[in-house]
Amino acid sequence: MKLLTANFLTCAVKGCKAAASSYPLHFKDAELELQEIDFQPEFIHNIIPRIDWEGLRVMANELGFPKIPDLKPEGDALNDEQTMRDLHRVLLETHVMEGRLCCGNCGHEYMIKEGIANFLLPSHLV
Amino acid sequence: MLPTPCTAHVPFDTIYEPAEDSYLFLDTLSSASETAWLTQHFAAPNPSPTILEVGSGSGVVLAFLVAHSPTILGRADVLSLATDLNRTACLATRETTTTPTTNASNPAAAPASHSPSPRANPAIKSTHLASVQSNLAAACKPGSIDILLFNPPYVPTDAVPRAPTAADFDADPQSRSEQFERESYLLSLTYAGGRDGMEITERLLADLPRVLSPRGVGYVLLCAQNRPREVVERIRGWTEGLESEGEGTTRRRWCAEMAGFSGTKAGWEKLVIVRVWREDL
Repeated sequence: MKLLTANFLTCAVKGCKAAASSYPLHFKDAELELQEIDFQPEFIHNIIPRIDWEGLRVMANELGFPKIPDLKPEGDALNDEQTMRDLHRVLLETHVMEGRLCCGNCGHEYMIKEGIANFLLPSHLV
Repeated sequence: MLPTPCTAHVPFDTIYEPAEDSYLFLDTLSSASETAWLTQHFAAPNPSPTILEVGSGSGVVLAFLVAHSPTILGRADVLSLATDLNRTACLATRETTTTPTTNASNPAAAPASHSPSPRANPAIKSTHLASVQSNLAAACKPGSIDILLFNPPYVPTDAVPRAPTAADFDADPQSRSEQFERESYLLSLTYAGGRDGMEITERLLADLPRVLSPRGVGYVLLCAQNRPREVVERIRGWTEGLESEGEGTTRRRWCAEMAGFSGTKAGWEKLVIVRVWREDL
């Protein structure tokens, strides 16, 4: 799963839906893999408006990525090739293959195996 | 006719094999009327649309829309997500959506008759975010999905099978009978819809106002026993998710329309695909 996926996911537990701390989920023991693809600045431009920037920054900090701008790039910043290349690497080329995604509200951990995150709940949480 | 994605790698012992309903989805999405509607609805320079297929199975529907998004949506810059209860289906969908779709890769599915040679997909590549093992859209953040596709388990049955839990996929079956039981169970999840065939579909419909973005649109397949006309009327009366959107006092409403159908029996369509979305009043 691409790192960017975490921007679209939340805890599957019903009681967590209304809790702000159920998003973003937090990666634990993440094993990352780089899968290189062509750099497509116009794609990055069109993805940026869809991204929850605070969620992305939290995730990137936790995983030790140094180069995420504090604010969502707009205007001239979108033409800065190095920034776009850094984002391309984080958003589209970086995959999580193994590890866990942890809810900040209920503490439940979702396992990631071979890049597939398992959001099925144990029977006591369904 | 646009080429169908290749599903030769998919193990169909626990995954729904593409059938009449799947192909109705492909035909509906690529019909002239739907293509025109979607292209206008998602016209650039709006942000990249995020596409989710719920219960993606082989992944053929999602892969079709992604591969042909320049034709169907008028843009190639899409992100895709898939969910399925079955881990094997998640793996299969990932492969189907990340394998290039061409006539050559799947000669059986692409009759040469009037197919124009497929336009080379513009540069954008590798847009599949992830396949996630999840019950319907439970793992998706509110407002995160722009296009949702759902070919549900719609066959009326006495009851719906229990939903699998995380533990169901921990151990491999030990005996042939265990394996047979497991395969039958996983296959039953692909078709058994409970009362009126609507129990699972109702759950997904109830989640649409939460998971769709303000511009989001859902496509849901129904069969005649699901009483699609009543479903359409009911959706038009929804009031959830209409407040606190847009600026000022823009008032919105839920819309539902039959976007495609196949086979008529005594004046009733056998299968119907309903498009669900919100628009400004």
